[in-house]
Amino acid sequence: MSINRRTIIKGALAAGVASQALRIPAAAAQAGPIRVGFLTVKTGPLASGGLQMEQGVTLFFKERGNKLGDRAVELHTADTGGNPAQARTKTQELVERLNVHCLIGPLAAFEALAIDDYVRSSQTPILTVAGAEDMTQRKANPWLVRPSCTSAQTSHPLGDYAAKELKAKRVAVIGDDFAFGHECVAGFQRVFEESGGKVVQKLFTPLNAPDYGTYISQLKPNLDAVFTAHAGSNGFKFIKQLREYGNKTQVLGGFTPVDESLLQQMGDDALGAITGNWYSAQLEFPGNKKFVEGIQRDFKVDPGVYAAETYVACEMLEQAVKDAGGKVEDKAVFMKALLNAKAPNTIRGPMRFDELGNSVGNAYIRKVEKKGGKYVNSVVKTYPDVGQFWTYGKDEFLKNPVYSRDFPLSKNLEN
Amino acid sequence: MQWQFWIIQTLNSVAFGGLLFLLSSGFSLIFGLMRIPNLAHGAFFMLGAYFGYSLLARGGNFGLVARAAGLGVGLLGIALERLVLRQISGNEQGQVLVTLGVSFIIADICLLAWTGDPMPLPAPLELRRPLFIAGYAFPTYRLVVLAIALVAAVGLYFLMERTRIGAMIRAGVDDMEMARGVGIPVSRLFTLVFLLGSALAGIGGVLGGPILNAYPGLDADMLPLALIVVILGGAGSLLGAFVGSFAVGFLYNFGIALVPDLAYFVLFLPMVLVLVFLPQGLFGRVQL
Repeated sequence: MSINRRTIIKGALAAGVASQALRIPAAAAQAGPIRVGFLTVKTGPLASGGLQMEQGVTLFFKERGNKLGDRAVELHTADTGGNPAQARTKTQELVERLNVHCLIGPLAAFEALAIDDYVRSSQTPILTVAGAEDMTQRKANPWLVRPSCTSAQTSHPLGDYAAKELKAKRVAVIGDDFAFGHECVAGFQRVFEESGGKVVQKLFTPLNAPDYGTYISQLKPNLDAVFTAHAGSNGFKFIKQLREYGNKTQVLGGFTPVDESLLQQMGDDALGAITGNWYSAQLEFPGNKKFVEGIQRDFKVDPGVYAAETYVACEMLEQAVKDAGGKVEDKAVFMKALLNAKAPNTIRGPMRFDELGNSVGNAYIRKVEKKGGKYVNSVVKTYPDVGQFWTYGKDEFLKNPVYSRDFPLSKNLEN
Repeated sequence: MQWQFWIIQTLNSVAFGGLLFLLSSGFSLIFGLMRIPNLAHGAFFMLGAYFGYSLLARGGNFGLVARAAGLGVGLLGIALERLVLRQISGNEQGQVLVTLGVSFIIADICLLAWTGDPMPLPAPLELRRPLFIAGYAFPTYRLVVLAIALVAAVGLYFLMERTRIGAMIRAGVDDMEMARGVGIPVSRLFTLVFLLGSALAGIGGVLGGPILNAYPGLDADMLPLALIVVILGGAGSLLGAFVGSFAVGFLYNFGIALVPDLAYFVLFLPMVLVLVFLPQGLFGRVQL
């Protein structure tokens, strides 16, 4: 399976046509269309995820005939280039020049943080997909909801699963050396160690590390598993190089490695990897089957987390528009509807937001298997109703400092 | 620390150094002769990897694919030199900026053509099984890349030191005006060096592909390494590129293994020291 240039151009044409169609005002609309600003990354090194985010949004509005509830939608897509300053400029352009009613995106936490104060001051409801924990915790923004998950949200159940079901005792953790990697690892470590496991080795690799050989050679020989918190092409590279070095240790991971969008390219190297996620293309919900078919039909790829998260964002948006009776112009009413939106049948299952705007829904433990010649993330266990605070409760959770390299403390490291 | 640790990390270091030599020897040649760092070199490396991916996916033989990708990227190098850099010759600052611009253009074209997803290049089947050394596994393919890099080093040495063309290139590096004065066709020499340097980057991209994969950002990950190698070793010197590559290989691997918290630091501190105390590098022929 591969995407060639032609599919991309076709996709781009289809998207172009769609946005043309969107500009035609619907005669029946109450007060003009709902204007949605979509911040994604279409150029630069982060474009892989950004283009998939666009697939999710494009498919959603195609299926809904460019409507939310009974109001027409005008979608404005902006390319941030994965650059915080440009994200800020584009956000301002969307809000001030195009008068969007809400925003979807951006992809990366540093982009989301760059526009955070502007979103507050302009009071623009935003559905973000970036992972940074504190955006819905200690520095929660009242205008923001996160339909995807925090960096550590699905590491918690995986820590539980690794200790209780896999009976793993000794695990090494390795991740990208930036906030996402630290947070993703920390959530796993906390739950895993509280359930009786030991994190005996902890390595963080520079984001642009060209080669993991030297790290892989350092991994202890008698591990039960290695947990990776690498994102994008780094996770891909790490797992491939691990197997290149003949290391057959069980791979565990957060929601970024072995994503469906990379899985076919990873091939046998990914087999058996167990990850925690809020989504899998294998989920049996009717909505998800339709979604997967749609992405496969229109873009010739399997949807992974990036496509799924913007699609879920649109589903929640649709629910909120319905609940608010289409009154998106009244920001306070609309934002309240968004925060209180409960969607029983999204592609990830039932879903709602907690009081700080973060998603609460099923978390899935998935294992890479080969089915009918294709690599898939089979769901091996479902944890229902998982939020960002796991089982700790909001108040106790927020008493602690935010997850980092140094929290929780590592007591079991061996040298 | 066990003795196996030192063996495996030494192997890691020399294998990585070999790959770096393939990347940086061409960069150093161009730098030495033309006095400008070709900032599109990382993009050429990435393009080589992508060419390699597409050709291998069509069932190409690995050795042939590497050569074809090298040729393709080499021709692109000629085009860059003839059609772009030559138009602004004499304006060195402009030339450097143009190469940077070209690298951005190549990166976005790659994104269009190959999408943003990482593309793995499969190593030849017989080299995929790891080798066991002292009970520790080490990837066979990396040792083969090291061997190829050593062969390339010897070949380049003979080209530079034992052939007429090599003598002309060395003359151009040492004193451009004098070389012109004695009738060396410097213009053709520029083109030739660009072909050679770019082709090496392209071949390096294919050979590095099974280790690094082809992905957007590979160019930006590799270019600083080439720069460090050339600053350490000295521009325009094959020996400098050779020693610099392996020095960086050792610094990177042992630095990370012994002081993991200083991962960013171990590569750049030696670079800064060399820049301060030995600005022409260890074996540099050119005052930068």
